Amino acid sequence: MLLIPCPFCGPRAEIEFRCGGEAHIVRPADPATLDDAQWADHLYFRRNPKGVHHERWWHVHGCRRWFHLTRDTVSDRILAVYPVGSRSPLASREDER
Amino acid sequence: MVRYSIFTLARNALTGHEHWPRAWRSPDPRPAYEVVIVGGGGHGLATAYYLAKEHGIRDVAVLERGWLGGGNTGRNTTIVRSNYLHPESAALYDHAVKLWRDLSQVLNFNVMYSDRGVMMLAHSQHDVHILKRHVHANRMAGVDNEWLSPQEAKEYCPPLSIDPRARYPVLGAALQRRGGVARHDAVAWGYARAADALGVDIIQNCEVTAIRRDGARVVGVETTRGYIATKKLGLVVAGHTSVLCAMAGFRMPLESVPLQALVSEPVKPVFPCVVMSNTVHAYISQSDKGELVIGAGTDQYVSYSQRGGLQVIEHALEAICELFPMFSRMRMMRQWGGIVDVTPDRSPIIGKSPVEGLYLNCGWGTGGFKATPGSGHVFAWTIAKDEPHPLAAPFSLDRFTTGRLIDEAAAAAVAH
Repeated sequence: MLLIPCPFCGPRAEIEFRCGGEAHIVRPADPATLDDAQWADHLYFRRNPKGVHHERWWHVHGCRRWFHLTRDTVSDRILAVYPVGSRSPLASREDER
Repeated sequence: MVRYSIFTLARNALTGHEHWPRAWRSPDPRPAYEVVIVGGGGHGLATAYYLAKEHGIRDVAVLERGWLGGGNTGRNTTIVRSNYLHPESAALYDHAVKLWRDLSQVLNFNVMYSDRGVMMLAHSQHDVHILKRHVHANRMAGVDNEWLSPQEAKEYCPPLSIDPRARYPVLGAALQRRGGVARHDAVAWGYARAADALGVDIIQNCEVTAIRRDGARVVGVETTRGYIATKKLGLVVAGHTSVLCAMAGFRMPLESVPLQALVSEPVKPVFPCVVMSNTVHAYISQSDKGELVIGAGTDQYVSYSQRGGLQVIEHALEAICELFPMFSRMRMMRQWGGIVDVTPDRSPIIGKSPVEGLYLNCGWGTGGFKATPGSGHVFAWTIAKDEPHPLAAPFSLDRFTTGRLIDEAAAAAVAH
């Protein structure tokens, strides 16, 4: 079980959280102009990296607030915690969609 | 290849079993092959076998990063069934169930397929409706499935508790009698031995490090044992599909998560069938060695760690103890995780990719073992003819673009 450092409550057990999946997937600003392939990319296609991954977490059984984590998907080590609306201190070019 | 039979067994018994030949060769990779399959699990080896057997393509290499069947093939709970809701899925998985029936004879290798029946429990009115819908849908699709009352379920599986005072009482069950279990390692070994005998090179300890393209076409793979040229590349790498596809330059609609299972100490035969419960989320059977084989759930986050959280196992065991109180003092011996590639609709992806000559067989998520023979069979057809097998056609990658999903997520995929 992960020990997750909630930026609002401090370190808590993973069972208090829900993972919201890959972070920084921006909803299309002008949905009507997207073709099917672009919609598929937005809805279904994911980086799913072996290594550094930025993801959304929700402290559902705690403060009920959302935040972002950067985690290594091989070691499961949490590398950074940062607020919604900002970029990870470990962000790289590969993260751009 | 030495044909296994009672006579070879007797002859080798007389010489103290010291002269059995290796079941397959261990060749060095050649510089080029007509087809290269990446992934030496059950699906990859089955693909190579059917390519050689049914399509006469024997210039085939299977590249395996570790050892044969060391990934999800050796980590699953060995359940075989085909009672999926949608006709496309039922047809695909039933194709596999039909191949399972005489697989031991076909491969001349005992895969220990046992059609002891798979029973899925209903614990609420909603479950009853859903499972009855499954029963009807399956019977219309020509797949056996029948509805049992709680008493009938108890008769079929005596250890089951049908106490109406339970927190999640058993209100009925759907039983697929043709479902069952098989020996997972034997499936990989049996396909490896049969494919090797037909001339397929099985190359272990050979990791693919890059995929070479010439424009839109695949031309070969870089591996830890050198460059191998090929015009047809099949990726059958389960949890690592996204990693390999990134090497070829495209993304996939997949997320890789750990799925856990565990086994108990071995005991005498006490458990006659496979029981699954989606609501309390547990599935259990007893292996021929006597161990209870218990499947747990997936972790909620992307991971390649081949470990999972302990709370996931705890949750599964709570459910097992509630359904089968007699197992409450059973000791668990081993626990492990495998990395499964989950699609948004919980159905597999079989067919062509955006790169010409690169074929995909992935997305089996938490339930790929049961499909092993059928998956290899339709994938070999797809590679050989460069067009999807009719049973595989609905499972193409472009369904995520067209929107024609095969949504087994709500229907069946909570537990495999």
